[in-house]
Amino acid sequence: MIRLERRPTPSRAWAAATPVLAVVLTMLAGGLMFAALGKDPVAAIRTIFWDPLFNPQFAAYSRPQLLVKAGPLILIAVGLSLGFRAGVWNIGAEGQYIAGAICGAAVGLAFYPADLWLVFPLMVIAGAAGGILWAMIPALLRVRFGTSEILVSLLLVYVAQNMLAAMALGALRNPEGGGFPGSRNLSQYPAAANPELIAGTGLHWGVVAALVAVVGAQWLLGRHILGFQIRLAGQAPRAARFAGVRPDRLVVLCMGISGALAGLAGLFEVAGPAGQISIDFNAGYGFTAIIVAFLGRLNPLGILAAGLLMALTYIGGELAQFMLGLPAAAIQAFQGMLLFFLLALDLLSNWRVRLTVGRAA
Amino acid sequence: MTELLRIEALTKAYPGVVANSAVDLAIAPGEVHALLGENGAGKSTLVKMIYGLVQPDAGHMTWKGAPYAPRKPGQARAAGVAMVFQHFSLFDALDVAENVALGMETPPPMRDLSARIARVSRDYGLPLDPDRRAGDLSAGERQRVEIIRCLLQDPRLLIMDEPTSVLTPQEVGILFQTLRQLAAEGTAILYISHKLEEIRALCDRATILRRGRVVATCTPREVSARDLAELMVGQTLTPPRRAARAPGEVALAVRGLSVASPVPFGTALREVDFAVRRGEVLGIAGVAGNGQDELLLALSGELPSAPGMVTIAGVPMGQAGPDARRRAGLVAAPEERLGHAAAPDMTLTENALLSGAIRKGLVRRGLIDWTGARAFAEGIVAGFDVRTPGVGVAARALSGGNLQKFVVGRELLQDPAVIVVNQPTWGVDAAAAAAIRQAILDRAAAGAAVVVISQDLDELLEIADRFAALNGGRLSPARPVEGLTVQEIGLMMGGAHGMEVAHHGP
Repeated sequence: MIRLERRPTPSRAWAAATPVLAVVLTMLAGGLMFAALGKDPVAAIRTIFWDPLFNPQFAAYSRPQLLVKAGPLILIAVGLSLGFRAGVWNIGAEGQYIAGAICGAAVGLAFYPADLWLVFPLMVIAGAAGGILWAMIPALLRVRFGTSEILVSLLLVYVAQNMLAAMALGALRNPEGGGFPGSRNLSQYPAAANPELIAGTGLHWGVVAALVAVVGAQWLLGRHILGFQIRLAGQAPRAARFAGVRPDRLVVLCMGISGALAGLAGLFEVAGPAGQISIDFNAGYGFTAIIVAFLGRLNPLGILAAGLLMALTYIGGELAQFMLGLPAAAIQAFQGMLLFFLLALDLLSNWRVRLTVGRAA
Repeated sequence: MTELLRIEALTKAYPGVVANSAVDLAIAPGEVHALLGENGAGKSTLVKMIYGLVQPDAGHMTWKGAPYAPRKPGQARAAGVAMVFQHFSLFDALDVAENVALGMETPPPMRDLSARIARVSRDYGLPLDPDRRAGDLSAGERQRVEIIRCLLQDPRLLIMDEPTSVLTPQEVGILFQTLRQLAAEGTAILYISHKLEEIRALCDRATILRRGRVVATCTPREVSARDLAELMVGQTLTPPRRAARAPGEVALAVRGLSVASPVPFGTALREVDFAVRRGEVLGIAGVAGNGQDELLLALSGELPSAPGMVTIAGVPMGQAGPDARRRAGLVAAPEERLGHAAAPDMTLTENALLSGAIRKGLVRRGLIDWTGARAFAEGIVAGFDVRTPGVGVAARALSGGNLQKFVVGRELLQDPAVIVVNQPTWGVDAAAAAAIRQAILDRAAAGAAVVVISQDLDELLEIADRFAALNGGRLSPARPVEGLTVQEIGLMMGGAHGMEVAHHGP
């Protein structure tokens, strides 16, 4: 019989080993699923994990996609992870992402066609401000009236989506677009564009911001008293109050940081890869980032790795769909397995498995 | 003498510790048997085996001459064993009768049950209204619910785990009358305690455990309390030394402090008034749940009040948070170690930073001085004899007593002007408790004003200069400890909470 025993101190070795183990187990279980669907499991796994990066036929297109997709995921997830660590549950990053994109794009479009170096920096500020503004609604409602930030932030996503549609059809619509929905293309307006910085890499300012956020969060959590308070509030709320942490202040701060980073991600996306405000501009990064945050164990470096891995399974999954004819649902199931194994194995860092012979009772 | 329960060579080991090693014990019907020992001596493990919560590794038990090996508490209850736990398991939102029904194997209809509760409570002098909500009961009344729940099962053996830690002296007297009545009717009682005078007053025989072994059995009435203590601890105890000192100016003043409790069913503080001078120790007694936690929160700054209600060194600080009060010189050590005084999953270094950041200057312009925090943690470990492999282990890995030493040490080593501690030696062995009390007295001698909140009257009488008691959120006027009688203390703590009538009827 199998028994679980709590470890007195969390095991560092297991905490490091479980992500690798989880990927291996996902490959095994996913391979079985692909085989059951009548596909070659080895080919399917290779198509998902190897071909996007190294297959000479596809890599030229898909390799830059890795950073393009991972950038916003990491940027948003790092912000969310700070809140999640403090017990502040911002589920509505998708909405803050949209709000940041709308505000940033609006500033850029307002200057069109002026050729000023100042335009892009102003857009960045506006994008962050838009995200903060959207995040302050659930934050202040919680602080003032004790509402659940989970519900409010989530529901505000749908409000943001409708605002996005209204903007694409109304205020921000391209006057020279022949009546079609969607704004001017910002990537074709040099002062406002967020271009690929090194050709063929997919690196744009959003990716740079994501890396800065990773380093910043790592420093904050390790060296700064605010990071300590964030960790303390999440682990032991009463001890945090004893230590002088003001819970309300922390809620506003964490929501503000995660909102700002989500808004930035939206701005960099709308000014770069997406190019314009359109009805279906948002691609679900804000929700996927929640998974990335937990996949990375709410640790900045872990989130960096998890964001890249998640982006890879998306790109590889798409590739597998049209190369091998795998159904989209199978790819989603595969991604689900990855999350499942990671979280299930997470148990091992805090608990020890004991096999006992015979009846213990 | 026919034996009810005989225990032979009972042994139980947990990973890393032998809780019971070849323990022998025998109880006859109608006998009040004391199980005496320090925290961690193995008392709880032994009774858990009798009650079927834990299975022994070796040895055996006989019940009325037949082999007895309960696999679960239900089997023990069916045999006639009942247990009143130290920590009550009542649902605050349910009434007394419902709570009693929840603990029974086959509860009778509610109307019959209420009548039976009323009858048992009258027969044994334990007044209790079956229709009252558990959340509104005092600690003593909650214990009565547990006792009556046991008595309704008509037990042959009643196990009581530290029953008096939540009672006033008067309530203890009434409980003892009930227990003597039960014993006279033939019920055996296994009485767990470390309070020696109680055991000498109540028990027929005593078994003394130390580190899992039986070190002595005796008739408590024939042995002095001091001898019992030394048997229990295994060493000679030295009472703390206190230097004579002249109290200085008032360091902490509390005026008309009234605040609501932050928790449901908590006790609001009402018009609490006291002042503590530098070099003085004020002891605050009270039965658990009479506002001790709230008082600590209101003093530490976690529970704000009107500005003038709490004054530190002459500065009104009622609205100031914990950080500002620490800057003003006040440190606090809450009762609950894991989760309040310390974060369970954080290392000792991180926990040292938790409350020491301000007074030890461990944060400069937002940046944490980890080297300084580690040195501070190591200083606490060395200064208070905290047994740990290092300061990098998680707080939850420490035993309760060691963590208590760490938590109290962390506050005392911050060179405070005002110290507030709640239950400073709770769950700590006698030698460590003596060390903690001595350290508190040393800080007072160095000029700190000290408030000690405790449910251990002996502790308060030992270290306090003045004594006050909390009762229903109100604080009695403080009186000098010298010349105070147990009777007076009991009245300050609220007397018997309306229990006197119980034993006066025909």
